[in-house]
Amino acid sequence: MSYRGNPVIAAQPSDTGTAAATRSDQTGELRRDGDGARSSEAGDRRRPRSPGRARRLRRDLVLLLMGAPALLVLFVFHYLPLAGLAIAFEDFRPSTGILGSHWVGLANFRYLLVGGDAWRITRNTVGMNGLFIAANLLVSLGLALLLNEIRDRSRWLSRVYQSTMFLPYVLSYVVITNFVLTFLESNTGIVNHVVRGLGGSGIDFYNSPGWWPLVLTVVEVWKGAGFWVVVYLAGIMAMNPQLFEAAALDGAGRWAQIRRITLPLLTPLIIMNVLLSVSHIFNADFGLFFQVTLNSPTLYPTTDVIDTYVYRSLTSTGDIGMAAAAGFYQAVVGFVLVVGANWWVRRRSGENALF
Amino acid sequence: MALQAPTLDRPRPATVRSRPRVDIPRIVMHGALTLVSLAFVMPLLIIVSASFSSESAISAKGYSVIPRQFSTFAYRYVLNDPSAILRAYGVSILVTTVGTLVSLAVMSMLAFTLAQRSYRLRRPLSFYVLFTMIFSGGLVPAYILITQYLHLQNTLLVLILPYLVSPWFVLLLRTFFSQLPDEILDAARVDGAGDWQLFTRIVLPLSKPALATVGLFVALLYWNDWWLGLLYITNAKLVPVQLFLYRILTNIDFVTSQSQFAGQSLDVPVQTLRAAVAVLAIGPIVVAFFFVQRFLIRGITLGGVKD
Repeated sequence: MSYRGNPVIAAQPSDTGTAAATRSDQTGELRRDGDGARSSEAGDRRRPRSPGRARRLRRDLVLLLMGAPALLVLFVFHYLPLAGLAIAFEDFRPSTGILGSHWVGLANFRYLLVGGDAWRITRNTVGMNGLFIAANLLVSLGLALLLNEIRDRSRWLSRVYQSTMFLPYVLSYVVITNFVLTFLESNTGIVNHVVRGLGGSGIDFYNSPGWWPLVLTVVEVWKGAGFWVVVYLAGIMAMNPQLFEAAALDGAGRWAQIRRITLPLLTPLIIMNVLLSVSHIFNADFGLFFQVTLNSPTLYPTTDVIDTYVYRSLTSTGDIGMAAAAGFYQAVVGFVLVVGANWWVRRRSGENALF
Repeated sequence: MALQAPTLDRPRPATVRSRPRVDIPRIVMHGALTLVSLAFVMPLLIIVSASFSSESAISAKGYSVIPRQFSTFAYRYVLNDPSAILRAYGVSILVTTVGTLVSLAVMSMLAFTLAQRSYRLRRPLSFYVLFTMIFSGGLVPAYILITQYLHLQNTLLVLILPYLVSPWFVLLLRTFFSQLPDEILDAARVDGAGDWQLFTRIVLPLSKPALATVGLFVALLYWNDWWLGLLYITNAKLVPVQLFLYRILTNIDFVTSQSQFAGQSLDVPVQTLRAAVAVLAIGPIVVAFFFVQRFLIRGITLGGVKD
């Protein structure tokens, strides 16, 4: 659950050097009904011996069996829980189960709204994720452009920079929480050491919610920027070098090339990535908000997000109905956002759409 | 470095090549990138240094990149009774190994079937996989299912099963498999190979790079996971490394807050102990990182799911 499959890869200009011929007839069969059917018939005709009906049935059965273990896991851990969405409308008791619990309609949602929790967790989730998207974009784009400038004459160094920036991406938030503590602890923390050295008085970070939008943004960028640098640098490297040569011959300097060629050509990729991030804006990174803040209640005004709220309602306050209501709200809005974003991307450029 | 010939993928035109040797913007750019890179590794260096420092040096003078007073006390403290941490290591290694292998096996089998153009269930099943990425029931239903109906809490299975099939990787592998050259596959079919033979003898060996990359990401997912443990594991014998570290973290905070409250002096090396456990938890990852980061980075640009 800490890994969120990153849709950005779909927006990559493909540079894997695979046969373009095989690709054309596979593109997007999920959304073009007629095409999909036709290409599968064509596939059959090419086969040396046209299989009979029974043979074909047997083959489909073999394929179904091969896929079965994974399909079963998906069924148990993704489809079965969907039935549990009903808990959001129930006064759920573990003893009576999903089918036996009392139906209460929208009461759980009403509590969520009346308590003011709904507004706080929505604001924090959307606001913080918005901050992360903007900061990640600015930092990783800047670093990718910088790496691109030195890349042609310092290949080895540019790879070292890139790997270094990527390193935090492989660390877990438990470990990162340790790092953050060494910086922010009130007594021995590095930041307070510096602040006191400059004559200021120490900051009690873990009791000051106002600092946390900044702190979490820095942590998120530190962990995630390396990933996005790889993405944007790959986007730049896929551009036609002749464009830059021609521009240089015409006297365009580095800055002009970046502004007039690199950035405009990168815009579709940027838009796609931002849009796909926005479509996940309702899903917060639980590790970041739960671990890094040490789950400190004084920080909830700025750090309590839907995911941490659901977790807490479920495990410590024991209000399963409310947790389910918040989760239901998140799932539905998230679904609308993803489908909406995909619709928008598909209208702009079909091949980058997720489905 | 500055004299190196321009590389092939973007030849610089003649006017640019005859630039003076001391290239100030370039030096500035390298300086900036060096500083940024340092910022990215600095926390790591500090935590390693802290783990080898004496507690008193840190309390008195703060953290440093090089230990002010070298000491292995924190490690001796942790390893004084190594059974707990060794056990946690054992759980993590087992979960990561079994999880990654089984995950690769079941995901690539499914991906292979979804890459067969004449498979009649291909489109509905592709949607079946994709839909799990678009709509999810969230934490509460999954938690109720696992604890109330499947009764998987406090088993090793609960640390493995939920992550076994990532829809994203299935679609990634499907894309990779469907890009394999048709000629080879057709030739094997002419020779009488069935789908299973095609998969095990031809497709898997040809897909080693993709399998390696996906396998690395899955292994990382399992090794770094504390979430499943936090939710479903209360039995101390089944705690994986990351959860072990989390418990130390929260327990130390508990210990310190208690002792400050009581005004007692503290003989637990709080700062350095935490650092030492963090180093033990990330050690394997960081060491492995140097060998596999190329594959991870390549994996990000492996190719689109939709291709």
